[in-house]
Amino acid sequence: MSCAGPPREANLAPAARGPRSAFAWPVRHRGWLAAFAALAVLPLVPGLDSDFVRSVLTQMAIAAVFALSYNVLFGQTGLLSFGHAVYYGLGGYAAIHLMRAINHGLALPMPLVPFAGALAGIAFGALFGALTTRRAGTIFALITLGIGELVYSAAFIVPSLFGGEEGITASRTLGPALFGIGLASQIAVYYVVAAWAFVAALSMRAFTTTPVGRMCNAVRDNPQRAAFVGYDPRVVRLIACCVAGLFAGLAGGLHAINYEIVSADSVGALRSGSVLLMTCIGGAGQFAGPVLGAVVLTWLEASLSGYTSAWLLYLGIFLMIVVVFAPRGLAGLIAMHAPLARTPAFGRVLLAYAVAAAPAAVTVVGLVTVIEMSYRVSTQPELGTKMRIAGVAVDAASPVSWIAGVIVAAAGFAAFRRTRRIVASAWTLAEQQRPAARATPS
Amino acid sequence: MAEIVAVSLLNGIVYGLLLFMLTAGLTLIFSMMGVLNFAHASVFMLGAYFSFQLGQWIGFWPALAIAPLLCGATGAAIERYGLRHVHRSGHVAEILFTFGLAYVIEELVTMAWGRNAVANSVPPTIDFALFSLYGSSFPAYKGLMMAISVAMFAILYVALKRTRVGLVIQAALTHPEMTSALGHDVPGVFVLVFALGSGLAGLAGVIGGFMLLTQPTLASAIGPIVFVVVVVGGLGSLAGAFIASMLIGVLQTFAVAIDYSLADALRAGGVAIARGSPLYDLVSVRVSTVAPMAPYLLLVLILIVRPRGLLGKRDV
Repeated sequence: MSCAGPPREANLAPAARGPRSAFAWPVRHRGWLAAFAALAVLPLVPGLDSDFVRSVLTQMAIAAVFALSYNVLFGQTGLLSFGHAVYYGLGGYAAIHLMRAINHGLALPMPLVPFAGALAGIAFGALFGALTTRRAGTIFALITLGIGELVYSAAFIVPSLFGGEEGITASRTLGPALFGIGLASQIAVYYVVAAWAFVAALSMRAFTTTPVGRMCNAVRDNPQRAAFVGYDPRVVRLIACCVAGLFAGLAGGLHAINYEIVSADSVGALRSGSVLLMTCIGGAGQFAGPVLGAVVLTWLEASLSGYTSAWLLYLGIFLMIVVVFAPRGLAGLIAMHAPLARTPAFGRVLLAYAVAAAPAAVTVVGLVTVIEMSYRVSTQPELGTKMRIAGVAVDAASPVSWIAGVIVAAAGFAAFRRTRRIVASAWTLAEQQRPAARATPS
Repeated sequence: MAEIVAVSLLNGIVYGLLLFMLTAGLTLIFSMMGVLNFAHASVFMLGAYFSFQLGQWIGFWPALAIAPLLCGATGAAIERYGLRHVHRSGHVAEILFTFGLAYVIEELVTMAWGRNAVANSVPPTIDFALFSLYGSSFPAYKGLMMAISVAMFAILYVALKRTRVGLVIQAALTHPEMTSALGHDVPGVFVLVFALGSGLAGLAGVIGGFMLLTQPTLASAIGPIVFVVVVVGGLGSLAGAFIASMLIGVLQTFAVAIDYSLADALRAGGVAIARGSPLYDLVSVRVSTVAPMAPYLLLVLILIVRPRGLLGKRDV
């Protein structure tokens, strides 16, 4: 394999930096310590300690692992995949079959089930990676799309393995308990998933700092040059595919434990699309970006999809807005503000945002009114035309509500465009103050 | 046997021509601008819905002309007001933008026409049998579709190769800076190409709406197949797209017509497999059931045997 003998100097440099004190370690790893504390404490915080919130938190942790695994391909290696759910779903199937075996008497603790998912993930990562990694870019995207469809249609053809539309079910409580702890309650499931998620995130972070992980970046940025210095881009991409498959399969295994069912949906195009959305909306450029995207989108879906059937429409619009106005995602937006946060004018920037947020919110309310009324009329006529939007009663049958919705949206948008100048001037001011703040020796 | 072959072949060619109308627009846009338009199949679906709606208002023949124009205008708007602003962020951003757009168009269609399929039936003027083959009649609308798609390509070919506008388009494709320096409006050419490709998709949608179910999932059902055609034919190659469309069209129609399974073949050879085992499930699958998988199997096969696609110039 051509990836042996990496340059070692690059990895030694960061460790040598910073003052050597007792606090150096916790300070340097404050992000991870905070994440650990949050994972441990969140489901116990009063207000968040219901089973519903715990289940949403569990879903967030699973989605975060899945999105991070996607970013090994997308952000780190520059491979845009439209079929990443293949590894997730096949990992899920492997895990659910193992769970069934445990239900039938195999002596294995349930929390270890995600191992099966990870193994399946890496195996299929190697198999499909061998087919797809010859070239990056557009062609890779198209081939992964085709493989995703292939696996999805295969799931309906072999019902004894995939269970078709209904899927395969198993029980997470029927089996030997690890240290006497069963998986009966949602909180136990949460902690198992959270522990796996934390370990997986740490491992993926560690992978980015390995020589292979760095070569992934090199292959992303300039495959010719990487090949020229002796690293076959195809091999590096294949390794990235295997690692991404491994963690996606692990996420699938966590899915199997959490839902106790795996169906053809879990390998489908919609799930592949959702992980892509999470990663891009969160921001592929930062390690924490996909986690942010997974948390935000899972939260939005859990809180909104009960109220609206237009969820996918909002999601699509959200993605388009992010691509046009924030190409580096939400994490990129936050990172963009980090250098400004210490300037005196930062308060003005926040104030300008608050000023802009009001008309933006008005625009959204107007648009949402029109969209929700259209959906009600076209897809749920049986519910009648009277509905409540943001606490206001509207009647989709009367033209007044439609005209009002359009006028509110248009007026809000017109006002929003005017606030651009306020935001721009606050930004310019903060930008001007930035170099001065930066010039102080650290 | 001859009956099955003849009928399947004919239907396969019709389906292949439909696929080609779709992929031609996609290939045109891709080879000109390097943009892989994920919303292409969505524009196809818009064509089907527009023609359905216009057909109810003003009749089929005007709809046949106006629906593709509307789709072309939609495409022009997508380029002018969306993609152009994403262009500087690179091709991946463009793909993501059109990916989001595909979601949005699917939901907008749902919003306007509901989640269920609309009754997009063949208009009476072309609802008759053109001829009959072994007792099964060949509907006139399929004949019209073949005529339209063949005529469209003749016109497109001549327009691209023999007219001044075609020359400018080709020049803008390979040497955008030089063409721009000579005083041609290159961004305008891009809008034109996008409109043209979308219009072709819309035209395919008008006819395809009769063959396939006109429902909001139409785009996500046909989109992946169109992309497979593009890869199998060789990215950016119009002739390759034609051959691949025909191949996949015929392959899929034949697969649907074959009602046998591997188990039947094995049984004929004296091998029997116990019922209930996963292996039995696998071999007892009828070829007709595998038909939806056929394009993707072909894709994997092509990738192993000939990674650049049938007529692709570069290795994929």
